[in-house]
Amino acid sequence: MAHKNNTALLVIGGSAGSLAVVLKIIPLLEKDWNLSVIIIFHRKASEETTLAEMLSTRTAFNVKEADDKDELVPGTIYLAPPDYHVLIEREQVITLDDSEKVNFSRPSIDVTFESAAQIYGNKLTCILLSGANADGVEGLKIARSRGAFIIVQDPACAEIPYMPKEAVNNVAIDFLLTDQNFEVLKNILNR
Amino acid sequence: MVSHDIQLTDTELDIILNDLLELYGYDFTNYSKASLKRRITMLISNDRFPSFAEFRFKLRHERDYFNRFIEKVTVNVTEMFRDISFYKTLRNDIIPVLATWPMIRIWHAGCSTGEEVYSMAILLQEANLLHKSLLYATDINPAVLEKVRGGIFPLSQMKQYSENYILSGGRKDFSSYYTAKYNAAKFDSSLGKKIVLATHNLVSDSSFNEFQLIMCRNVMIYFDKPLQDRVLHLFYDSLEMLGYLALGSKESLKFTDINKHFTQHENREKIWRKIS
Ligand SMILES: C[S@@+](CC[C@H](N)C(=O)[O-])C[C@H]1O[C@@H](n2cnc3c(N)ncnc32)[C@H](O)[C@@H]1O
Repeated sequence: MAHKNNTALLVIGGSAGSLAVVLKIIPLLEKDWNLSVIIIFHRKASEETTLAEMLSTRTAFNVKEADDKDELVPGTIYLAPPDYHVLIEREQVITLDDSEKVNFSRPSIDVTFESAAQIYGNKLTCILLSGANADGVEGLKIARSRGAFIIVQDPACAEIPYMPKEAVNNVAIDFLLTDQNFEVLKNILNR
Repeated sequence: MVSHDIQLTDTELDIILNDLLELYGYDFTNYSKASLKRRITMLISNDRFPSFAEFRFKLRHERDYFNRFIEKVTVNVTEMFRDISFYKTLRNDIIPVLATWPMIRIWHAGCSTGEEVYSMAILLQEANLLHKSLLYATDINPAVLEKVRGGIFPLSQMKQYSENYILSGGRKDFSSYYTAKYNAAKFDSSLGKKIVLATHNLVSDSSFNEFQLIMCRNVMIYFDKPLQDRVLHLFYDSLEMLGYLALGSKESLKFTDINKHFTQHENREKIWRKIS
């Protein structure tokens, strides 16, 4: 492993085929961890208003859809709302932004990876999962250059390998998440 | 594209904000820094400035470039009947109450290119109230107000807007409200007759009337908490007793002490009523 960090913020980005993986990641989180989580899913405004509720049954963390100016509190998962980008302020507060789509996406994973990296630097861990779009790859590069810890789903294990494959081909990865190594992921997040 | 050659630093941002205040009298110091930094970085990259210094020089010395700055750094994304459940509530619960006032004054603060204002005009016309209404449409960016005046929106959006209109309770043929020409949909001029346009900066301008409904959706997300609080006081002062304040779907009154004078609509839509 390249370097050791002490993650304060975990940002997970996923598109098509990523929900199942998230449902395996969030049960690993333990209530007393000093960590906040932001999840960026590509989804339509009309879909899944009960997603947060569903996720909260699978984790010890609190789960909420992010509101503007929410403070990032440890032990909480913030879900990006449909149709808004999620940015992070220096005061560790969320700002929602409804500017133009990036990579045909709003929320865009790139936008949050980049913004989080600027504030959290090496206290940030990014995970990029399954998807059919290259959103997230540019953001991973920037996060990497600011010292973040980079995790990508093994394309061989992803339902839609395009997104993680683009990442693996273009960014130096610290950890490749397979179907077998979720326990290792848990140790990474908890140090 | 997200990768930029020049990434604005906090200090450079402060320098720019100071220039804008000093030279043009525009105060952006209480805007969300994360959003501003991203927008300015994008502008520097799109306009291909080789360095921050050159960008700053042009911004300081060319009024036209300052106008471009305002157009590009503010976010003008908008839609007709944006958020179906919100417009359903306006139509079913709020408009019937507005109907009880002899004159209806509505303020669209941060109206952008006017899609929201025309949506409201359609609701009022269908309720037979447009004749006794005035819709004040204001924005910091004069360029978008020109578009409101025209009432012309991209034809490519009409399918989506028509769907939003129907899903939020509209019963008419949406296309009866506009005439299509080339790539544009021009809305019926009867809808525009009651719209009053003005530039108004929520940061520095004061209250100019009393309203029964103020809509300020997806504008204050670009402000920090202290500025949100100040603007909410301005809205409080600009509302008639029992008037309504409508915010965007991810905004709230929880960071301001003014919330004790408001009560939220019972279905938890982002609509509050001034009760004291
Ligand atoms: C994202 S648009 C929202 C449009 C519309 N209300 C909606 O929800 O679809 C935000 C608008 O707020 C305007 N704005 C930004 N700062 C402002 C200020 N200080 N005073 C007035 N308007 C402002 C911008 O110019 C832009 O047109």
